[in-house]
Amino acid sequence: MSTAYQIIVCAGIVPDPLQTLEPVASPTGPALKNEMMLPAVLDPWAGHALYEAANLAKNTPGSKVWLVSLGPKAKLQQVMMTVAQRVPFELIALDGPASGFTEAAEVAAALAEAIQTIPGLDKSKLLVFGGWESASRGAGATMQMVGERLGIVDQFQGVDQGNLPEPKNNPQVGMTNMRTVMPALQKAKPTKLAGEGLTFASVTLPKQMRETKIVKDKSADDIAKEIVEWIKK
Amino acid sequence: METILLLAHTEIDGSLAKSAREALHAAATLHKSLAGSKLVIGLIGENVQAAANSIAACPATKHLGVTGADFSQSRYATDAAAAEAIFKAAQATVIVAPATSRWARVLPGVAQRLGGRVDTHVTGAAAADGKISVNRWYYKQRMEGALTRTQRPWFIGVDPGSQTACDCGAGTAEVEMVAVNLTEAQKRTTVVGLREPKADAQTIRPDAQLLFVTGAGWTKKQADGQTHVPEAEKLILGFLKATRASLGSSKSLVDLGGEGQAVLPFLSHLNQIGQTGATPRHAKGLSTCCHGEEPHTVGWRFINERRAISLDPNCGWARGKADVLYVADAFAVMQKVNESLATKT
Ligand SMILES: Cc1cc2nc3c(=O)[nH]c(=O)nc-3n(C[C@H](O)[C@H](O)[C@H](O)COP(=O)(O)OP(=O)(O)OC[C@H]3O[C@@H](n4cnc5c(N)ncnc54)[C@H](O)[C@@H]3O)c2cc1C
Repeated sequence: MSTAYQIIVCAGIVPDPLQTLEPVASPTGPALKNEMMLPAVLDPWAGHALYEAANLAKNTPGSKVWLVSLGPKAKLQQVMMTVAQRVPFELIALDGPASGFTEAAEVAAALAEAIQTIPGLDKSKLLVFGGWESASRGAGATMQMVGERLGIVDQFQGVDQGNLPEPKNNPQVGMTNMRTVMPALQKAKPTKLAGEGLTFASVTLPKQMRETKIVKDKSADDIAKEIVEWIKK
Repeated sequence: METILLLAHTEIDGSLAKSAREALHAAATLHKSLAGSKLVIGLIGENVQAAANSIAACPATKHLGVTGADFSQSRYATDAAAAEAIFKAAQATVIVAPATSRWARVLPGVAQRLGGRVDTHVTGAAAADGKISVNRWYYKQRMEGALTRTQRPWFIGVDPGSQTACDCGAGTAEVEMVAVNLTEAQKRTTVVGLREPKADAQTIRPDAQLLFVTGAGWTKKQADGQTHVPEAEKLILGFLKATRASLGSSKSLVDLGGEGQAVLPFLSHLNQIGQTGATPRHAKGLSTCCHGEEPHTVGWRFINERRAISLDPNCGWARGKADVLYVADAFAVMQKVNESLATKT
């Protein structure tokens, strides 16, 4: 008989990568211009973790997947409209900022607390999944802190065979998920991230423009010579 | 008064990697700018004497070590226990470590355990008026932040390739050993072995001077109305062999593999550079048959000198993304480049 797992996936939301992002100063620290207007997606690496979790659960009868997500409630709802169509899970929502400028340790504290409130949690069956780095803070720090808070010292990063396709939309899965997603969103716990002790001196866009020299009418021979010289320099 | 701990692990052969020397450079720079601060070296590995000796001339007041077979391999539980023990012995307030994959896994957890904070992927650290600040990038290298923290301990993971390596000389270092009593539970994870691609198949070389980037143009119909994929393959591999450059690619080119087209078999999604790919660090980058669109060039953030070969004079490279754009046929140019490299070496 195989062991059934309790798989908890921690996944945040990030601005759609197609969007132009511009930092602005806000009373609570740095933020993105029009942050609440930017369409959001499930954080890509964490999304992979969710699909891996669902795949493992599917192949291990009796297993169950929870998705723990911290973000502004309205944005979470928007993202869940698509994510809930993909794989079966039960949502645990936390209503708070999804900004990359929030503090990983505070996010980890909120996530760990939410995980500990799951009824019937059995540490001997528990697997905690997450993305190895977010597309916002990009720190790769939150999961280890969640692990420490839960007393998990067998931790692995970059776990990926790279061969699992993104699941297709399945309206039936969507219908089942939505039964728990909406109530979960309604009772999402307000979560404050104070960023205590952390001060940003600046957040700036890089100077991107270079003065490009465009070389048009040289022979392949001459260009090759120039390139070889440059490589060897 | 800060006590700055340089925390590093040795390589399998007992040496210190360049990334460790880079972190040491950052730690020593902070130490120098903070009057009254102390610098302590902490090393973890099967045996750390050779590594400690190799940097003996650095201005550290103390060398600490956790050694033994249990610490030769990267493993969260034992690495965390070792880092915690060294931290306590050093009574450190600021811990500077290379953000290798081994430390990236463990340091945030150790920071949590010790009630501290961590910043990873740090690309710069400086101190002025007794205050430390670090730089790191947000939103996939799209914007750079500079920040300070009041909490201690503060763990600072320095991105490999972002600093010059410290050049302090060798000597004999006296290493004070720190005992770590491991429980069986901490040894539950066993490293059964390492698997690596064969040397020739290993096209990603983070330490290379040059990044060579291939774009979808290599697989497109050329002036004669035909594709020339086998020829492209030969030119690309020939260039890599001659230069030992690291191979990067546009998304379009690596994605072709998934669409069942004739493509270059040595490319995988791991080679992809860009907003949804890697952002490697190299002194120079040469792009070929790639359009240089913004989502791609975001991945060039840490490439200092940039040149591109594209047929299109209006491609992204022409618009301030490259230092030099050669409007030319990359097949013809790379043929000549390879010939020239072959005669000179
Ligand atoms: C959300 C999102 C994320 C993305 N993330 C990434 C990413 O991480 N990385 C990435 O690369 N892309 C990314 N893209 C895609 C990106 O926008 C471009 O579509 C992609 O980079 C184009 O690849 P390319 O330049 O190789 O191909 P193409 O646009 O097809 O350009 C091919 C170029 O080759 C040139 N060419 C053809 N033959 C020759 C020849 N013989 N000699 C010289 N030049 C020749 C052509 O003139 C052309 O300029 C992303 C897109 C989106 C929407």
